[in-house]
Amino acid sequence: MDRLGFLTGRAARAVLILFGVIVLNFVLLRLAPGDAASVLAGDQGAADPAFVAELRHDLGLDRSVPEQLWIYTKSLARLDFGQSYRDQRPVLDIIAERLPATLLLTLTAFGFALAAGIALGSIAARHAGSLLDTVLTGISVMFFAMPLFWTGLMAILLFSVWLNWLPSYGMQRVGEGGSDVSLVADVAVHLILPALTLGLFYMAIYMRVTRASVLDVLDRDFVRTARAKGLKPGLIWRQHVLRNALLPIITFASLQAGQLIGGSILIETVFAWPGVGRLAFDALMQRDYNLLLAIFFITSAIVVVINLVADFLYVAADPRIELGA
Amino acid sequence: MALLRSSFLRHPGAVAGALILIAILLMAIFAGILFPGDPWRMVARPNLPPFSPGHLFGTDMLGRDLAAGIAHGAQVTLLIALAVTMLAVAFGTAIGAVAGYFGGWVDDVAMRFTEFFQTIPSFLLTVVIVAIIAPSLTSIILAIAIVSWPQIARLVRAEVLSLVNQDFVRAARVGGLSSARIIWGHILPNVLSPVIVAASLMTATVILIESGISFLGLGNRDFVSWGYLLGTGRTAFRVNWWLSTIPGLAIFLTVLSLNLVGDGLNHWLNPRNSNRGGRA
Repeated sequence: MDRLGFLTGRAARAVLILFGVIVLNFVLLRLAPGDAASVLAGDQGAADPAFVAELRHDLGLDRSVPEQLWIYTKSLARLDFGQSYRDQRPVLDIIAERLPATLLLTLTAFGFALAAGIALGSIAARHAGSLLDTVLTGISVMFFAMPLFWTGLMAILLFSVWLNWLPSYGMQRVGEGGSDVSLVADVAVHLILPALTLGLFYMAIYMRVTRASVLDVLDRDFVRTARAKGLKPGLIWRQHVLRNALLPIITFASLQAGQLIGGSILIETVFAWPGVGRLAFDALMQRDYNLLLAIFFITSAIVVVINLVADFLYVAADPRIELGA
Repeated sequence: MALLRSSFLRHPGAVAGALILIAILLMAIFAGILFPGDPWRMVARPNLPPFSPGHLFGTDMLGRDLAAGIAHGAQVTLLIALAVTMLAVAFGTAIGAVAGYFGGWVDDVAMRFTEFFQTIPSFLLTVVIVAIIAPSLTSIILAIAIVSWPQIARLVRAEVLSLVNQDFVRAARVGGLSSARIIWGHILPNVLSPVIVAASLMTATVILIESGISFLGLGNRDFVSWGYLLGTGRTAFRVNWWLSTIPGLAIFLTVLSLNLVGDGLNHWLNPRNSNRGGRA
C-alpha cells in the first residue's frame, strides 16, 4: 500500500470513529432520564404540557429518530453543543475555559511518564537479570497496581498534611497578584503532586513496554553485527538499539492518549484541579448530561487527532514502515 | 511442600501473588462468618484509630467497623470483577474468533468496531454510561465490560489467524464440519491459554476501574465496594487517614497479586512469548 493511500485510509477511519462517537452520544442522550425539553421547562418553572410540547418542537424532539440524529450531527459539526442545563451558557465556552488546565496537567504528566519510563525501562533492560533490574521492575509493578486517586490521596497525606511541603488543592493561590514569574512558579508548585501522581502510573506502563522492546532489539542480528565489528557500546546503544526500540513505544504511547485524559478526571477531582476532568465530575454530580456528553465528544476528538498525527509522524519517521492493516 | 518451594524459587512473585489472592478470596467467602450481621451498623465509638482492641482497622465517623466493611466489600469488588471479566471474555472471544475465522469484510467490520472502543477515552465512557443509566450492580458491570472486551477480541483474532490455515483446521473443513463446530471444537481450545492470561490481567484492571467509578460517588449504596469505602472515607481523610488508606491498600494488594499471578501464568502457559502478556 502506498503512503498516500495509507494516510487517507487512516483519516477516513478517524472520521468514522468521530461519527461513532456522535451516534453513541445521541443514544446516551436519549437514554438519559427526561429529555432536554422537560429539563429546560423545569428550569423555567413551567411544567405546562403545551409549553413543553412547544419546546419539544423547537428542539426538534418531535421528529423521527434518524432526522434527530441528522440534526444532532449537523449541530456537532458546527461545534454547537448547545447550552449547559445548569449554567445557561454555551457548553463549548465552558469547556474552552477549562481545557488549558487539563492540557497542562496531562502533557506534563505524559512528558514525565515517557521520559522516566523510557530511561528506567532501558536501564532495566541493559542490566537484565541483575538486582537493579529486579528493583526497577518491582517499582513498575507497584505503581501499576495502585489506584490513581489513592496514590494522589496518599501523596496529599504525606507531602501536604504531614510534611507540609506542597500544596494539594487547586492550581494557584487565591488572590495571588504578583509578577508573571511568581505566577508561573505558583502554578508549577501546584502542578507537582497531580502531574506526578498521574505520571507515575503511566511511567510504570512505559517502563515495562520499553524494557520488553529494548530486550527484543538487543537480540537482533544487526546489534550482534555492530558488536562484532567493534563499534563502541555507547554508539551501538544510541544508534542501533534505542532508535529501533523507541518506535513501538511512541506508537503505544499515542494509543494511550485517551486513557491518560480519562485518568485526569480522577486526578483533577482529588486535587481540585480546575480542568475538564473536574468539570466532568461536576457535570456528573449536577446531572448536566449535555455538558458531560460534550466533554466526552471533545476528548474523543482530541484523542482521534493525536492518533492521526502519530500516524503521520510514523510514516515520516520511518520509510520502511509496514503499511498493512 | 517441595513443589511449592521449587516453584517459589523460580517465580517468587507469582507464588506470593497467589497466596495473597487466596487469602483475599477466603476473606470474601467467609466475610459473613468473620463479621456476622450488617457491616454497616454502629458497633463502637466513632473514629477509633486502627489496632484499637476488637477493631483491627478502626471505625469510621459513624462508629462502623472498617474491618467488617473491608471483608464484606471484598465480596462486592470481586463479584463485579469476575462478572465483568466473564462477560468481556465471552464477547471479546466471540468477536475475535468470528473476525479471524471468516476474514474479509467480516473481519474489517469487526476490527473497526473494536478500534472504536479502543480509541475513545474508556474511563470517561464508563462513567458517562453509569451516570446516565443510573448506578446499579448491573449498569456498573455492563459499563466496564463495554470498554474491556476489545483487547480480548484482538488477542483472539490474532491467535485464530495463526491457526485458521493449519492442517487440522483444513482437515476439519474438508470433513464437512460446520464453521461453528470448527471454531468451538478445534480452534478455541488452542486459544485458551493466552486468553486465560489476559483474563487474569483484565480482572486487575477491572478492579481499578470499578474503584474509580465508586470513588467518584457513582457506586451503589446497597453494594458497598472497596472503592466506595475509599470515596466516603475521603471527606475526612486528612484527619481519619485510615478510612481511605486501608481500602486503597486492599485494592492495591488485590490488583498487585492478580498482576503477579497473570505474569506467572504467562510464563507457565506461553513460555515462548512471555513478553506479550496483553497488558496494553
